[in-house]
Amino acid sequence: MTVNQISVFLENKSGTLAEFTKVLLDNKIDMRALSIAETPDFGILRIIVDDAYRAACVLKEAEYIFSVTPVLAAEMTDEAGSLYKIVKLLGENNINLEYTYAFITRKKGKAYMVLRVEDNEKAAEVLEKNGIRIISQEELDDM
Amino acid sequence: MEKYYQPEIECASREQIKKWQDERLVQTVRRVYENVPYYRNLMVEKGVTPDDIHSVDDLRKLPFLTKADLRDAYPYGLLAVPLEQAVRIQSTSGTTGRRVVAFYTQHDLDLWEDCCARAIMAAGGDKDDVVQVCYGYGLFTGGPGLNGGSHKVGSLTLPMSSGNTERQIQFMCDLGSTILCCTPSYAAYLTESIYEKGVRDQIKLKAGIFGAEAWTQEMRNDIEQKLGIKAYDIYGLTEICGPGVAYECSAQNGMHINEDHFIAEVIDPDTGEVLPDGEKGELVFTCITKDAFPLIRYRTRDICILSHEKCSCGRTHVKMTKPLGRSDDMLIVKGVNVFPSQIETVLLNRGYAANYQIVVSRANNSDVLEVLVEMTPEIFSDTVTAISKREKELEADLKSMLGIYADVQLVAPKTIARSEGKAVRIIDKRNLYK
Repeated sequence: MTVNQISVFLENKSGTLAEFTKVLLDNKIDMRALSIAETPDFGILRIIVDDAYRAACVLKEAEYIFSVTPVLAAEMTDEAGSLYKIVKLLGENNINLEYTYAFITRKKGKAYMVLRVEDNEKAAEVLEKNGIRIISQEELDDM
Repeated sequence: MEKYYQPEIECASREQIKKWQDERLVQTVRRVYENVPYYRNLMVEKGVTPDDIHSVDDLRKLPFLTKADLRDAYPYGLLAVPLEQAVRIQSTSGTTGRRVVAFYTQHDLDLWEDCCARAIMAAGGDKDDVVQVCYGYGLFTGGPGLNGGSHKVGSLTLPMSSGNTERQIQFMCDLGSTILCCTPSYAAYLTESIYEKGVRDQIKLKAGIFGAEAWTQEMRNDIEQKLGIKAYDIYGLTEICGPGVAYECSAQNGMHINEDHFIAEVIDPDTGEVLPDGEKGELVFTCITKDAFPLIRYRTRDICILSHEKCSCGRTHVKMTKPLGRSDDMLIVKGVNVFPSQIETVLLNRGYAANYQIVVSRANNSDVLEVLVEMTPEIFSDTVTAISKREKELEADLKSMLGIYADVQLVAPKTIARSEGKAVRIIDKRNLYK
């Protein structure tokens, strides 16, 4: 039901992102999605990759501070109003969204929202009951 | 014309000063030996008794006291009078674990205020002056000391305490303050605010007495020129009494130590050996007139140079340079004593690694304290909210430990500079000791 997001601590100074993506390149890790939350001091980079386990091993080796967080990836049709439908449902059911970001894949006509909520199970239930598909890790890996 | 509060003392002959010191030292050592078991034990360990002390020349036979002793004997272990005679305490600000509590009898307060009165008159103060005291009042010695000194002189005293710059300037203008007492960084800040408000022409200040932290000659020149005043340095520490242990005169090139109350020595901090005039070393004080808290050979950890050269002001008491550094790792930030070990304690209590760095800088003439902490997997979270919460917790703990705000910055692991495998703990960008 959930997909693994890797969150990485990066200092907010020039060159850190280049250094980080070089590590991914050297290890041929492909990103599906990326989002960065920044503060004046530091940033949290959030990525979804093709092989989360291997990425975690690589980052550990490179001495990055990171965590693996299970998040929901909701599928939607790539058209106006799709996101509204999702967040409206969450709001109506009092599910607070910590953060969210979108990505697309090679699959035509579809877009995906990563949803970080307190209770994945509850959120997934609400969305699926209303016809929104939550994609699995395996499905994502094959995209 | 030079003004004196107690000319017969301030300008006494060296022979007279020596005579006072000899007599008072002998009496003090005997009294402390009899009334303070803690110090008596130190003397016994060193194999010295009051009978071995006949004059100042015997001072070096006596054991040193350090801040560690004050901590061991906390709170009442060094009190030399029955509790019924003590009337006041003062304390160093917010330094849990390292807190110093000093005691005073009424007589002690009287002598302390005399010391501060000497400082005010040396700065040109008199009965017709309006003295604005913006040092903190309360446990901190700054406010109470200068306040009492100003009363002794007979000046009109404005017990403003620290902060509330708006009100400080209002009173300064309305009441025509002529002497300002505060930390040099606050003086610089006030100066800026006065210019911003465009009220420079309403300021009647003629002198400032600035202490409790290190300041540079550039800062002095700047404040003097902008406010059209003479800026005088004052030195003191809670352990010895507070401000007024030493003060500057019209010569403005060093501070006269009140030698009728305090005997000063400069020692090699490593060997404890007494150094001659003109050599740089750690300042050591012996209190010879205090009833309640007469510390003997107290190591201040301040590095300075003593000089007995004749002073143009007419005073005969020895002069000390402003502190040129510390022989320990203590920092003075915003007038508050900060030890790296205090910061370490807070970090460890919160589950952080002891990898940290303290960066002190000065922005807008005010000290800024930053604590860089290396991020660990345990603290890390994927949400900014959670990490910010940890930062805030840490800042709150530091504030309650240090008494001042410290800005916590989480940095990547292994980014804190290490020299020869040992982390560089302190970066002081203020360049105050040059």
